[in-house]
Amino acid sequence: MLTVATGNKAVALAVKQAKPVVVAIYPITPQTEIVEQIAQYVSQGDLSARYIDVESEHSAMAACIGASMTGVRTFTATSSQGLLYMHEMTNWAAGARLPIVMANVNRAIGPGWNIWAEHTDAMQERDTGWLQVYVSTVQEAYDTTLMAFRIAEHNDVLLPVMVNLDGFLLSHVMQPLDTVEPADFIPPLHLPHTVDPKNPMGYGTLTGPDEYFKFRWDIERSMRDSLRVIEAAHKEFFQRFGRTYGFTEDYRCEDADVVVVSMGTLGKEVEVAVDNLRNEGIRAGSMRLRWFRPFPKLDLMNRDVVVIDRDYSFGFGGVLAHSIQAKNRTGVFSVIAGLGGQEVTYDDIAGFVKNRHIGREYWFGVSDNV
Amino acid sequence: MFEIRIHSRGGQGGVTAARLIALAAIRDGRYATAFPFYGAERRGAPVVSFVRIDDAPVKVYSQIQQPDLVFVMDMGVMDVVDVLHGLKEGGTVVTNSAHKHEFAGFRTFNIDLTGIALKEDLVVAGNPILDTAVIGALAKLGIITIESAKKAIAEMFTDERDIKTADDAFREMTV
Repeated sequence: MLTVATGNKAVALAVKQAKPVVVAIYPITPQTEIVEQIAQYVSQGDLSARYIDVESEHSAMAACIGASMTGVRTFTATSSQGLLYMHEMTNWAAGARLPIVMANVNRAIGPGWNIWAEHTDAMQERDTGWLQVYVSTVQEAYDTTLMAFRIAEHNDVLLPVMVNLDGFLLSHVMQPLDTVEPADFIPPLHLPHTVDPKNPMGYGTLTGPDEYFKFRWDIERSMRDSLRVIEAAHKEFFQRFGRTYGFTEDYRCEDADVVVVSMGTLGKEVEVAVDNLRNEGIRAGSMRLRWFRPFPKLDLMNRDVVVIDRDYSFGFGGVLAHSIQAKNRTGVFSVIAGLGGQEVTYDDIAGFVKNRHIGREYWFGVSDNV
Repeated sequence: MFEIRIHSRGGQGGVTAARLIALAAIRDGRYATAFPFYGAERRGAPVVSFVRIDDAPVKVYSQIQQPDLVFVMDMGVMDVVDVLHGLKEGGTVVTNSAHKHEFAGFRTFNIDLTGIALKEDLVVAGNPILDTAVIGALAKLGIITIESAKKAIAEMFTDERDIKTADDAFREMTV
């Protein structure tokens, strides 16, 4: 059914349809609309979940961990400082192999206090064992949230999934939304290591130097297997609902001399820049990365690569730019733009492409660039 | 692509007006996005909201720099905000006022939205709510159809006065 929704409302609607049994969320701007909407679904009886009121994000994730261990579907949502406050527990969720789904509304980290879009919050969760996906439209936020449950709960994955959407730019933008009936697209959850009072076992007990690394390797093995599970979920989604998704969304890349790689809403703005550049005779393309963990293979051979990072790792560089350089053994022009909601227009992006200097880093809006 | 910028004050319904316009445009079979710029402002502070309407999916997320139409829901914001900033040559200005204001080089219209809302007693927390009157006025300008405007209102609100104010605005708007 065709309706309209904000990014936040689209996520909440997908969650309602996925029917989690336990939801524990602490509100934070710009995510609050998600918790409000889900609380309303529960209070009106549209979602028969146990809604747990918590006093912090740390407790929200702890509640999801406890609930998930009993083998039921769980959901939470957060942003920025809230995600960071959760950090100890996000590691636990992945290590305990719990398929929790979380929406993270990407927002910059203070100080200076800033409520606008940036990806550095999620980047700080990069090494926790969570799968991470970044979306660019209201429709994609909805579709990907549905897929996230199926992927997280797949027996070959059993890892938590974080769905990232840009604060305000997507969370508060109203766009068309075509809803679906997920039915058995998300099969029932069968957690193999469920807590069972009739069969008591120890969980998260002391694991010595001769065993611990095996559990770590097992997480990595599942991460690698998740590539196949994600691909199958995309395929199944297309067959049932007709919308196509991949690890990346490629736009006019086939014959491109220069490809711009980005994540989130910026990726759509890049497509407009690509059209304009092509009108000027510059063969540009856009590759919008959806899945950041697991990090997919990218086809970037034999062309110039411009990477836009809406994040930064101090003393190192743009996280996406360096990930691409390392994985593809290719030089890139690294642009740092959009931090803390900085406006980046398609004209700005066309400028990055025209003035690219492979091997260099450029901070948009800062005069004394490296 | 048709781009609209709405100037209002927090609590007047500027953000909701933008969403209603987008929804109405979608019900007209077109594509649209609506978004506000959220600053630290709250109730009473100047707020800017944007709407883009097109015949293809809208991919642009940056703020509107050169609107085709500017809607001024609160005349007082003109003292602190340059509401004409970037407005396209020959663009349109609509003001919430009982009196006509001329802006050289632009098509100008005025409509007393506040009077319409007060007549229907559409007041929340002391503020007349103007959002549904805004889309009635824009329907008269042909940006959306009045049928889709009413559909959009019915989808978002249950109070019949909301549709009535849109009708009133549609009728009273002189083009």
